[in-house]
Amino acid sequence: MEPLRTGQSAPRPDAWDKVTGRAMYVDDLVPEGLLHGVTVRSPLPRARLKAIHFDPAFDWSEVVVVGAGDIPARNCIPVLDEDQPALAHDLISHAEEAVLLLAHADPLVAEDARRAVRLELEPLPAVLNLRAAMEHAARGDAPIHPRGAVVKDIRITKGEGQGPWASAALVLEDEAETGAQEQLYIETQGMIAWADEEQVTVTGSLQCPYYVQHGLCAVFDLPPERVRVIQAVTGGGFGGKEEFPTLLAVHAALLARKAKRPVKMVFDRPEDMSATTKRHPSLTRSRAAFTATGELLALEVDFNLDAGAYTTLSPVVLSRGTLHASGPYRCDHVRIHARAWATNTPPHGAFRGFGAPQSCFAIERLMDLAAQRLGLDPAEVRRRNLLRQGDTTATGQLMLEPIALEELLDQALEASRYHELRRDFAAANATAGPEDLRRGIGLATFMHGAGFTGSGEKRLASRAAVELGRDGVVRVLAASTEIGQGATTVFQQIVGEALGAGAEQVLVEMPDTARVPDSGPTVASRTTMVVGNLVDRAARALRAALTADGLPLEATPATVAQALRARGAARGPERWEEGYEHPGWVVWDEDRYQGDAYPTFAWAVYVARVAVDPLTGEAMVEDFTALQDIGHVVNPGLAAGQVEGGVAQGIGLALLEEVQWRQGRMSNNRLSTYIVPTSLDLPPMRVLFRETPGGYGPKGAKGLGELPLDGTAPAVLSALDQAIGVRLTRLPALPEAILPCLTQAVEATHAGA
Amino acid sequence: MREHDLAITLRYTLNGKAHTSVCPPGLRLLDLLRREGLTGVKEGCGEGECGACAVLVDNALVNSCLMLALQVDGRSVTTIEGAAADRELAELQVAFAREGGVQCGMCTPGMVLASGALLKRSPDPLDEEIREALAGNLCRCTGYVRIVKAVRSASQRLRAAGGQP
Amino acid sequence: MTGPSARQAVVSATSLSHALDLLADAQRPARPFCGGTDLLVQAASGVVDPRRWVDISRIPELHGIGCDKGMLRIGAAESFARLRENALVKQHAPLLADCASQVGARAIQERATLGGNVGNASPAADSAPALIAHGAQLEVASTDGTRLVPVEEFFLDYRRTALRAGELITVVLLPVREGGIFWHRKVGTRRAQAITKVALAASGWWQRGALACRIGMASVAPIPMRCRATEAWLAVHAGETGWMHAAAGVLRAEITPIDDLRSTADYRREVAGNLLLAFLRRMEAAR
Repeated sequence: MEPLRTGQSAPRPDAWDKVTGRAMYVDDLVPEGLLHGVTVRSPLPRARLKAIHFDPAFDWSEVVVVGAGDIPARNCIPVLDEDQPALAHDLISHAEEAVLLLAHADPLVAEDARRAVRLELEPLPAVLNLRAAMEHAARGDAPIHPRGAVVKDIRITKGEGQGPWASAALVLEDEAETGAQEQLYIETQGMIAWADEEQVTVTGSLQCPYYVQHGLCAVFDLPPERVRVIQAVTGGGFGGKEEFPTLLAVHAALLARKAKRPVKMVFDRPEDMSATTKRHPSLTRSRAAFTATGELLALEVDFNLDAGAYTTLSPVVLSRGTLHASGPYRCDHVRIHARAWATNTPPHGAFRGFGAPQSCFAIERLMDLAAQRLGLDPAEVRRRNLLRQGDTTATGQLMLEPIALEELLDQALEASRYHELRRDFAAANATAGPEDLRRGIGLATFMHGAGFTGSGEKRLASRAAVELGRDGVVRVLAASTEIGQGATTVFQQIVGEALGAGAEQVLVEMPDTARVPDSGPTVASRTTMVVGNLVDRAARALRAALTADGLPLEATPATVAQALRARGAARGPERWEEGYEHPGWVVWDEDRYQGDAYPTFAWAVYVARVAVDPLTGEAMVEDFTALQDIGHVVNPGLAAGQVEGGVAQGIGLALLEEVQWRQGRMSNNRLSTYIVPTSLDLPPMRVLFRETPGGYGPKGAKGLGELPLDGTAPAVLSALDQAIGVRLTRLPALPEAILPCLTQAVEATHAGA
Repeated sequence: MREHDLAITLRYTLNGKAHTSVCPPGLRLLDLLRREGLTGVKEGCGEGECGACAVLVDNALVNSCLMLALQVDGRSVTTIEGAAADRELAELQVAFAREGGVQCGMCTPGMVLASGALLKRSPDPLDEEIREALAGNLCRCTGYVRIVKAVRSASQRLRAAGGQP
Repeated sequence: MTGPSARQAVVSATSLSHALDLLADAQRPARPFCGGTDLLVQAASGVVDPRRWVDISRIPELHGIGCDKGMLRIGAAESFARLRENALVKQHAPLLADCASQVGARAIQERATLGGNVGNASPAADSAPALIAHGAQLEVASTDGTRLVPVEEFFLDYRRTALRAGELITVVLLPVREGGIFWHRKVGTRRAQAITKVALAASGWWQRGALACRIGMASVAPIPMRCRATEAWLAVHAGETGWMHAAAGVLRAEITPIDDLRSTADYRREVAGNLLLAFLRRMEAAR
């Protein structure tokens, strides 16, 4: 019997069920008497709902119909605000907004019923995108949202007076733009609900069981004890299943309550893509002042996100974006003005990175611009500005932890052969023939704050537990969901190590609100660091109890198992629960946006090598080096897997994934028209970790999951700068934008010749 | 009686065993298999782009969402549930689990079958050939790095073991 | 999520004459179904095809690849997986073998057929540029007999073909010709599983100093097109000073690309010329 240890690539306990096809995702579950639910949605982005017409030629006798009038308590999905209804009732605020729910035992008949409903809509003027929202407000037009044009406004001010703008050697202006990005989990969203007047139970594909419970309690006016949420095996989330599942669970439960039968709602891919949340589109305007030798003196950032029609999570996405907008750089004068604008599009939501990819893109493009203007290497400009221990951030946070950014930079440059290749590529590009690939190498330096911002973790007050059963097995009880990232494995390792036990003795339970305490949502790169800590402490408390029973400190896993079985048989089930303890030194002022934004940060340097085909403008990432310092690596294999998957999504964001909009609706909502990378579109990757103590997780672990989304696209675009000789500032950088840059360059050469 | 109501009877080999199914003629193979309880065959997109529904028909990789059930009459069908009894597929299952080729698991059945189809026709593929063979199976979790590693590892072990068992 | 095709009327044809009878039935409009990689995607939209589907995938006469009297004969139901690996196709129709390996991805290639790809008549049809460049002909059969249609005359207008009621593509014929330069490039939205943004296939021979070539393109017109104007210009001007860039200009003026979900007219125009230049550079090197 092998003891579980952290720091090792322990095997995943869920892998075998997945490779055998035995893992049961929500669409694999078929309860007795099941009905299939579908949603009737608005085709228009903004309208008054005048009437709902039911085709009289259709047989409605067996169809369950639910409208806003059927909602028992509050027609509202409370997130941070309460502006989003569960079902629209007189005003439509975005295309694809849910108006009516239908259910039937035969899914094809349910679809027929959906086509037999006609919404009578009176179109209203709509604001369809971020630029339109800003122009709309500038004109003083009537706002489309009760809060006004902007649903959240944040300002950060560091440094007094006018700052060094007047005396700076170089003042730059820049604009960076990113589009929406679809999470594209391979398993679409789905829920099954059972409900009556007294209770609601749902199971489905989700990241945050307690968020779902909270929403159901509000809509049905039931106490938490009467609302049970059970996670089904979930096929990817990436943030896309953070808040949206609550709405879907409410819909399924409304139908189930009316039908008095279980109702399953599973989206097909086109509906999932057009109706659910996406990464917030962004527009960032920046101004920066530099010395002649590349030191950043002052920074002004105007950071704008498209929130969509309802507030949902936009305030916190904006917050994270704002707090990452000045990058991992030292700067005494920083002014950031950040706004989330309301538009008549489906609300944008969480997607790995959560605002930081957008603002990191802008600051990194700016640093590359400075490098160009100053005639410095992009790596050198970074090096001259990297934060060090003892510096303060834009919010005035004193960086107490050691920051290994410069060492990471050195290591990344060496591992990727950056300087040598940069020289080689410059020479090769200058003499390239008409079919020779143009190459470039570029980088990004960045960070990601781990856990919830400021006092967020304190507010969450997360709890987790371990339970010793009568069978001697220790069950880990946490609300953290396994969504592919390896949460289950990491908890098993942490608890196993704390106990000195083997994998046979430690079982991580599937989150069920009837069984597990509220450990907070599975988001914000907090699962290993925050919840891992809680299960670690709980397991240590259990271990202390065993020690008190007489178990020697040096016991083998077999002996530990024996002790667990003995105690379990005698006293089981027994539970040890721990609650979050906020580091006392963390002081955060939410109103002035000052203080300690995050207790700790992961630091990273990524280097990308790209090749561009001059015939077609197609860019290919040929090589990628991803270096990060995450404190302690609990499971190296899983951690590398997180980086590799995150880099893949980042390359998609950089080069391939464009959401196209028509009248406020995603028009390319199919996998054939929304382009994610296949195995042929991605490079081999070099992933390396550094472990500098300083994190708050077990053995100093920090968050990792979102980090790769921050620096990948900037590194790719930085490499593209060299390959094509033009600095692009919009994502994605499609061949349609790249080719004219090359054509321009070729024509210039021809003209000269 | 409308023609689509006329059920047809199919006789085929399913995961090594003779099997009979009765279904409407237009039913997709994907729907038939899932109806037969083989929920390891997944629907990811319904248009043959993601490969989550991939199965083997006479050892050839197909997207079951784009095939009619009636087209497997007289043929042999292998799903992930039949992998344990297949030399290449069984080795790949172990390799995927060992090498980190599995994260959320939704692409995994189709990915294992696509890898199996590759190794059956090309037992010693280079990485580029592996990537090309898997290009019709989308994975959003892994970036494909450890999937390619798993296929390479399985192919090495199969060749070392040599011949048929 | 049961696919809506569950309500589709489908009947299996056991022989070519059975299939042709079913397709000729004026009382029961029907259409052929083979690989399903286009039809089942169309069916996914939820609208049931009122025509009966005739499954022709098991008809022996529609299978087979062979050489006969200087012609390569390919059964219309042959899959792209077979085409990319077949020795005769690789040797005598290299452009077809090349495009076959770039259709979708492996699982699509195992099912998608040459006849289906041509018959579906998408302007982005993967096999069309290669077939045009190879000078292919389609053998088309009905209860009235068979006839031959040159592939570039098969596509009449957007998704409208020269097939008459009751007709079925049965064989694709390609003339075997040695000694040419063959070049093909498909530019898609990514490196696999991609619909074509622009594609060009070309075959060319120098004949006593003059260039004879055939150029086929996809996604630059409502139909897959043969670029006759460019071919004709090259026949006269190939070899003159600046001829290659001038030819690219002629091609860019001949095609009529549009802006759509996948790409822009400007991009397609620019790339089309670049692809032609690549082919012409190879012709120049072989002079």
